Amino acid sequence: MNNLINSYFVKTHKLEISITIIALVLFLIYFLGAPHVFTRFPIYRAFMQSMPFFGIIAISATFVVTLGEIDLSFPSIVGITSLIFGIIMTSTDGNFFIAFILATSLGMFAGLVNGLLVTKIGIPSIVATIGTLFFWRGLVNVISQGSGIAIVDVADGTWHHMIFVEKLFGKIPMQFIWFIVLTGLMQWVYRYHKFGNHIHFVGDNKASAQMMGINVDNVKIIAFVQLGFFSALAGIFTMYEMLYFWPTQGEGLMLTTLAAVFVGGTSVFGGKGTIFGTFIGVLIIGSLESGIVALGLSGFYVKFINGLMITVAVTVYALIQRRKN
Amino acid sequence: MAEELLKLENIYKNFGNVKVLKDVNIKINKGEVVALIGDNGAGKSTLIKVITGVHTPNSGKVFFKQEEVQIKSVAQSRKMGIEAVYQERALCDQQELYRNIFAGREITNSFGFLDIKKQRKEAEKILRDYIGFTSKAITVDSQVMGLSGGEKQGVAFGRSLYFNSDLIVLDEPTMGLSIQETEKVLNFVKGLKNENKSAIFIDHNIIHVYGAADRFIILDRGEVVGEFNKEDISREELVQKMIQLHESGKIKVED
Repeated sequence: MNNLINSYFVKTHKLEISITIIALVLFLIYFLGAPHVFTRFPIYRAFMQSMPFFGIIAISATFVVTLGEIDLSFPSIVGITSLIFGIIMTSTDGNFFIAFILATSLGMFAGLVNGLLVTKIGIPSIVATIGTLFFWRGLVNVISQGSGIAIVDVADGTWHHMIFVEKLFGKIPMQFIWFIVLTGLMQWVYRYHKFGNHIHFVGDNKASAQMMGINVDNVKIIAFVQLGFFSALAGIFTMYEMLYFWPTQGEGLMLTTLAAVFVGGTSVFGGKGTIFGTFIGVLIIGSLESGIVALGLSGFYVKFINGLMITVAVTVYALIQRRKN
Repeated sequence: MAEELLKLENIYKNFGNVKVLKDVNIKINKGEVVALIGDNGAGKSTLIKVITGVHTPNSGKVFFKQEEVQIKSVAQSRKMGIEAVYQERALCDQQELYRNIFAGREITNSFGFLDIKKQRKEAEKILRDYIGFTSKAITVDSQVMGLSGGEKQGVAFGRSLYFNSDLIVLDEPTMGLSIQETEKVLNFVKGLKNENKSAIFIDHNIIHVYGAADRFIILDRGEVVGEFNKEDISREELVQKMIQLHESGKIKVED
């Protein structure tokens, strides 16, 4: 047992192990408390259906948080890119390629704006992205005049609808497959690509990174741009699932998404983080609402227990970190 | 006549209205260790940052290996063979040693993915051969956080040797180190000469500077106010000059 605790793997993966244990305990509670729900498939299908929408953004946001930065504007980037996607889809009679390229380009542009405000103008990211949060949502309201867009006629039954959200073997929602693939890809980039490496160094110590020849501004800008892209992508997934755009689309994503990143163990101080942890964080945060209701507690407990989970998780990480120092 | 490695001519650097460097001319030969001394705010750090590409000068010329160059980035100065060793900022604390050693010039495949195996192997070599770490507690996978000041400095030195740089820039290399560790660092600086490498270093401690350097360049408020070869000046005289400068703002030049 002692050997196990002191092994190299355990030492270097304390965060990942803690978060996995927390998730296992949580699912054990679900399982024991509501066996009639959690021994059957439908609840898992529901999870697989709903988690990817904010999960994709959470994975991508882990890069920005590892930089020691934050982006609060992604809910509105989801909004504006979904709106554009809806407009193009309906006006081109379902031209997926044009709609996809324009929506994701707009997402990247919105990310670029965030990145430039933070690096070239020098506004702290929390302030800059509050500004763009309101800006893009405001633009959604102005353009849409408060009304939604149905894409049912141009999207339902198409091949793109199939690869985005239909069920594989009639059981597994495609968005979950995409979510797993993207998580794997992003984990690879995060740990083993030059860009991921630079993210860690810039988040750890900006001045050192600069002196080691890392272009700090570029790394930050690219991080915001990729978050813009994945916000757009998450918006497109949601559009295919709902076949409808509504002007508040994306609102409500902010807290669950960031909670998943922090519960997952990525340090708000920057320099250290884990994509795997964020993935588990998504499973935890994404399952709480249904889990709590299935346990027989009223919906009023959802926020309370959400808050408890986040507080306990970040306290555990802070203690692990303090012992190290 | 010694071979010239680096020459700065009429370098000016302003930050807004503040003139930090005013008409600075210096020269460093191959195999020579030059110390930059001067009070806080004299412009020492700015000057070495111009050399390492962190800052670009407002005007003036830079020659490296007798060719005029414009150093626009750290990556470029590194490629030319200038390597900086910064005391506190040399490494990132929460990252593994093997990642630190290759930060900013990772060994990658053509898609930009790291060759972790090779980085670890080369890092191992640096720890063993260049720095002589034998402690089992420190491996290439250790985070920098757990290292002592001297060990961090050692890693930074090892890195500069590994990348085979011609000019090593040392910013306060002995600051915050224990006596033994300081000794190691100074020996390292002396050892550079045997390999015909040059170094430029900043240190507040004249005793350290005197022991390790061949030539001293005194900066004051952005200007070079004195330059002495070691054989022309004793340690006591050098200390006297500095005190004089501090009190009167001038150095008496005897002829």
